[in-house]
Amino acid sequence: MTALSALIRRDIRIALRVGGGALIGVLFFLTVVVLMPFAVGPDLALLSRLGPAILWLGALLASLLTLDRLFMADHEDGSLDLITMSRTPLELACAAKALAHWLAAGLPLIVATPVLGLLLNLDMVATGAVALTLLAGTPALTFTGMIGAALAVTLHRGGLLMAVLVLPLSIPVLIFGVAASQAVIVGPMSFGAPFSILCALSLVSLVIGPFAAAASLRHGLD
Amino acid sequence: MTLIDLANPTRFLALTTRVLPWLAAATVILLAIGLYQSALAPDDYLQGATVKIMFIHVPNAWLSMFVWGVMSIASLGTLVWRHPLADVAAKAAAPIGAAFTFLALLTGSLWGRPMWGTYWEWDARLTSVLILFLMYLGLMALWRAVEDPSRAARAAAVLTLVGAINLPIIKFSVDWWNTLHQPASVMRMGGSSLDKSFLIPLLVMAIAFTLLFVTLHLAAMRNEILRRRVRSLQMMQASRIAFSSEMGAGSRHDNASKEIGAA
Repeated sequence: MTALSALIRRDIRIALRVGGGALIGVLFFLTVVVLMPFAVGPDLALLSRLGPAILWLGALLASLLTLDRLFMADHEDGSLDLITMSRTPLELACAAKALAHWLAAGLPLIVATPVLGLLLNLDMVATGAVALTLLAGTPALTFTGMIGAALAVTLHRGGLLMAVLVLPLSIPVLIFGVAASQAVIVGPMSFGAPFSILCALSLVSLVIGPFAAAASLRHGLD
Repeated sequence: MTLIDLANPTRFLALTTRVLPWLAAATVILLAIGLYQSALAPDDYLQGATVKIMFIHVPNAWLSMFVWGVMSIASLGTLVWRHPLADVAAKAAAPIGAAFTFLALLTGSLWGRPMWGTYWEWDARLTSVLILFLMYLGLMALWRAVEDPSRAARAAAVLTLVGAINLPIIKFSVDWWNTLHQPASVMRMGGSSLDKSFLIPLLVMAIAFTLLFVTLHLAAMRNEILRRRVRSLQMMQASRIAFSSEMGAGSRHDNASKEIGAA
């Protein structure tokens, strides 16, 4: 347990200090959201209707782009080999690393959401709903994206290929995240059903992600 | 003859040399019978002759999912049993599965044009097949991105298995997504039980297409094995050239040309 908490603390510290780049994700999120009005026009009514979708897409892309750092830096300086050889099960170590990554790169996105909601003319309730769905949904993005990050580090290929492989897997999260936020803003639908499915997706990916990532690290690193 | 016996690629090649002509002949005969029967099938009172697209469309759609199943079993073979031919099977199946999925989408949109009045509708079923197609293409890109086949095989196996778990989730969530936006506006096929005059040609076509897949898959596996042999021969030759040029620095050029001439 102490090994895992040490790993989490170490990863967060590295991510937040110089060269870590976790907070660049927030900057990217902001930039994507600022770009949107230029694409669809500065119509505030339209922007508030598209708001949840824009925020979700921005968070999806931001969490995807920061993911390839998850194992890459550790692989470069050799600490990934130590983690693989240590007595802690690799699945647990992968889960700890993903959790640390989510704390360092995912949580700031959720904190930034209210400010961005202001730019998109979302009211308090809508912004709260989007932030809540992001809180429930971004762990799923991190934990499924971790599989892509593990493949990227074993294949020495990152970037576009991993995005192409991981993005289709994140479609369910996007669907239920946006559905739950829209349910609060416009829909006659209930917020509870899509939101609980979103939580279920996060829990499922919490189980599958570490095992798949550990399998691909174990088979891929030599 | 068990699956273990086929671990020897030479034995596999010998077996497929004997089996493939029979499989190809059976495929051609069944396809001919199926096409003839579907040409004779009566027109639907509502859809007219366009209903006959179904006889091509449904087997393609069925195989698009069946091939992913085959790839998942092959991936288990790669990761769990380390069967030497499992990754060959997985790699050979991906382009064939992508082709079946593409044909299912194409025939579906050709049917949709006269029936729904549009080539593309963001219908739940269409959308999930499109995502399946994207996943096939991503998998093929992964195979192509890595030079070393065994390294690519393990990565692709992990991805295939994750995809197999995710495909039902995607299917289910797309169903939810579509009913959210437009409840029950599109007509559904196969809601009512099919008449016998449609069912028999459809079954014949489904079996014919499955045989077609098996034939193509075995042929593609043969090609892949031969391609890997060529690759390892080329690498052996290249290393021999490099080695001999290291030995005789003076007569480097002569040695290299001699090696190429000998090979």
